[in-house]
Amino acid sequence: MALAETIKTKANEAMGVNPLDAKISKSYFTVTFLALLIGGILGLVQGLNRAGLFELPSWLNYYQVLTAHGLLLILVFTAFFTIGYFYAGLSHTLGGLLPKVRKMVWIGFWMKIVGFVFAVVPIIMNEASVMYTFYPPMAASPWFYIGLVFIVLGVWMAAFGAFIQVANWRKNHKGQHLPILSFFATGVFVLLFFSSIPVAIEVFMIIPWAFGWMETINVMLSRTLFWAFGHTLVNIWYMTALSAWYVIIPKVIGGKRFSDTLTRVVVILLVVLNIPGGFHHQIIDPGISESVKYMHVFMSLAVGFPSLMTAYAMFSVFERTGRAKGAKGLFGFFKKLPWGDVRFLAPFIAMVAFIPAGAGGIVQTTNQLDQVVHNSLWIVGHFHLTLAMTVALTFFGVAYWLIPRLSGRVLTKKMNKIGVITTIIWTIGMSTMAIAMHLVGLLGSPRRTSYTTYGDNATALGWDPYLIFLAVGGTLLIVAVVMQVYNMFHLMFRAPKGEEEFPIGEEEENASKTPFWTERWSRTILIMLIIVAMAYVIPIVDFIGDPGSPPFKTW
Amino acid sequence: MHRHEKIWLTLSTAMIVGFFLIAGYQTFALEMGPPSHSETIDPQKVDEIEPFDEPGVYEVGENKYEVVMTLQIFSFTPNEIEIPAGSEVTFTMTSKDVTHGFQIAGTNVNAMVMPGYISKITQTFNEPGEYLVLCNEYCGAGHQMMSTTITVK
Ligand code: HEM
Ligand SMILES: [Cu+2]
Ligand SMILES: [Cu+2]
Repeated sequence: MALAETIKTKANEAMGVNPLDAKISKSYFTVTFLALLIGGILGLVQGLNRAGLFELPSWLNYYQVLTAHGLLLILVFTAFFTIGYFYAGLSHTLGGLLPKVRKMVWIGFWMKIVGFVFAVVPIIMNEASVMYTFYPPMAASPWFYIGLVFIVLGVWMAAFGAFIQVANWRKNHKGQHLPILSFFATGVFVLLFFSSIPVAIEVFMIIPWAFGWMETINVMLSRTLFWAFGHTLVNIWYMTALSAWYVIIPKVIGGKRFSDTLTRVVVILLVVLNIPGGFHHQIIDPGISESVKYMHVFMSLAVGFPSLMTAYAMFSVFERTGRAKGAKGLFGFFKKLPWGDVRFLAPFIAMVAFIPAGAGGIVQTTNQLDQVVHNSLWIVGHFHLTLAMTVALTFFGVAYWLIPRLSGRVLTKKMNKIGVITTIIWTIGMSTMAIAMHLVGLLGSPRRTSYTTYGDNATALGWDPYLIFLAVGGTLLIVAVVMQVYNMFHLMFRAPKGEEEFPIGEEEENASKTPFWTERWSRTILIMLIIVAMAYVIPIVDFIGDPGSPPFKTW
Repeated sequence: MHRHEKIWLTLSTAMIVGFFLIAGYQTFALEMGPPSHSETIDPQKVDEIEPFDEPGVYEVGENKYEVVMTLQIFSFTPNEIEIPAGSEVTFTMTSKDVTHGFQIAGTNVNAMVMPGYISKITQTFNEPGEYLVLCNEYCGAGHQMMSTTITVK
């Protein structure tokens, strides 16, 4: 059985990349990197404006720019990468996509594009400057929300496609463990599907209200439903990045994977514990009691546990690999790591960035500390570290081999070098910007606020030096953004032809057998739903019947 | 499982539990919990409902003040508040339109102020000086102008 399986996998690998499947992932990546380019340029506009260096023309509003920056980078960039990457993984590890699944993910692709156009047109017309969080009772043009519905439906198509693909494989491979990359994919799509249910409910409450058919809307209920989704999205990216750390990196550095059992336990923990984390965005909201908030401190901190397990796992893999290559002493293994290989360097920096980023997360979820930094630029610094360093650099590290592989091209030495340089500029720029943001946020400078001195208030004037650093970091960053996008399209269309490896780490020879309960997705999902219910039933029942608000357009 | 791994996971657990317990101690023993007031109010009738029909600064005890405040695009009512040094001030706030944020720079005063809900937060001002009050939740085109001051004398 095992032998037959090995032969089949080898045969699959020999067959190389299925061009129909490759086209899907390449299309998703094209959108990913266009979103990065446009989003990055808008980011620079914000950075320069906030430092008081650049005044926006009268036809362009800061909040319009910020809404687009947020939506492009938090939704489009991440979702399109995640789907493109995991579909490549499903195709590679499960023996090619089923024709039906291919069709579904294409339909999903176009639904998302259509939805995105619906959402963006009102933003451009300044009819939807409501930020990606679109908190009622600010009301955008109804078409903005209709666009969001299409995006959610498009995501569901991709999720269901993945479920069908996985179910089919399991039917034909009874008693076997799902290949690890597909295991991660399943976890991610489960979370994507379940977390988008609350935001779908929210949007269906908003649409009739935005059209004026309903007079009022429940503000706290909407906000809570939003964050049930918004926060889970964060951990969806995180789990996507983890899949590369646990599965891809060991192979890239020439080592073996960390314990298969513990890897799968991390995935299951993240699926089960995730959705309730949304409440840490509402720590200083009215209408939620202190004891409910305190319960949610636990719910959020719980996610720290798999993260700290991961920190151990990564160093353990590095150390063992180094030692196998003959490293000596306590930190000798460090020298054996392939620092010049962008497929390793970018995700490695991503991991390092996650140390302060994760620590910041623990700080922010602790109620009293959150009160110090809530809605300040500290938070913006935090998610540029988590999202724009940890997640983005891991995505880039993957893209440097996955894009050429799917395009029948190779990552040349020269491109690798340019990739390393890009990564370094990105790191310097993002660190400068994120550090400046954290510091100035601690001093009180608010997020989502265009350049202001509040009438030359002394406190506000004291923020200016930090904001200059923010702009300096942003300027370096835009260089890295442009280089990164160029590298990606070069690897897709221009690089020399050839076959690039799909690096999937193997288990250690003497690994103990993974227990089969890890494959029981129905039970994992049931536990997840019970925890979600524990977290949400009380507050939501509490909100129902609270006085509603009519819509406002305040921009 | 490796011995090192056990040590690491024990330390991790201890740290997470530590944060959790300290947050709990501060919330329930020291009454430093985050603003969590749960009263609701009809956001369309704020002007007619007590106490918001008469926003202002009220002395409610010795060295104790209550500021009854409404937030609306893009201002605070009352604004330019003055209070004596050493006083304990409770801010009772609601919004007449969209969601706002109430932050006093240089202090830990930070609360969301939402239509339909009454937020309360208390702060003792010992240091004399002028404090910058600002809205830290995006509320519209004039959000960057929404500020006022509290002067402690
Ligand atoms: C050239 C690169 C970039 C620059 C200069 C930049 C700059 C900024 C600035 C200044 C803000 C805060 C504005 C404010 O709160 O007033 C911001 C917000 C944000 N940025 Fe970036 N950014 C860049 C790249 C990125 C990337 C790569 C990501 C994600 C992958 C990202 C995600 C976000 C998000 C989600 C927000 C929050 C939007 C909101 O509050 O609604 N940014 N960015
Ligand atoms: Cu979160
Ligand atoms: Cu505001």
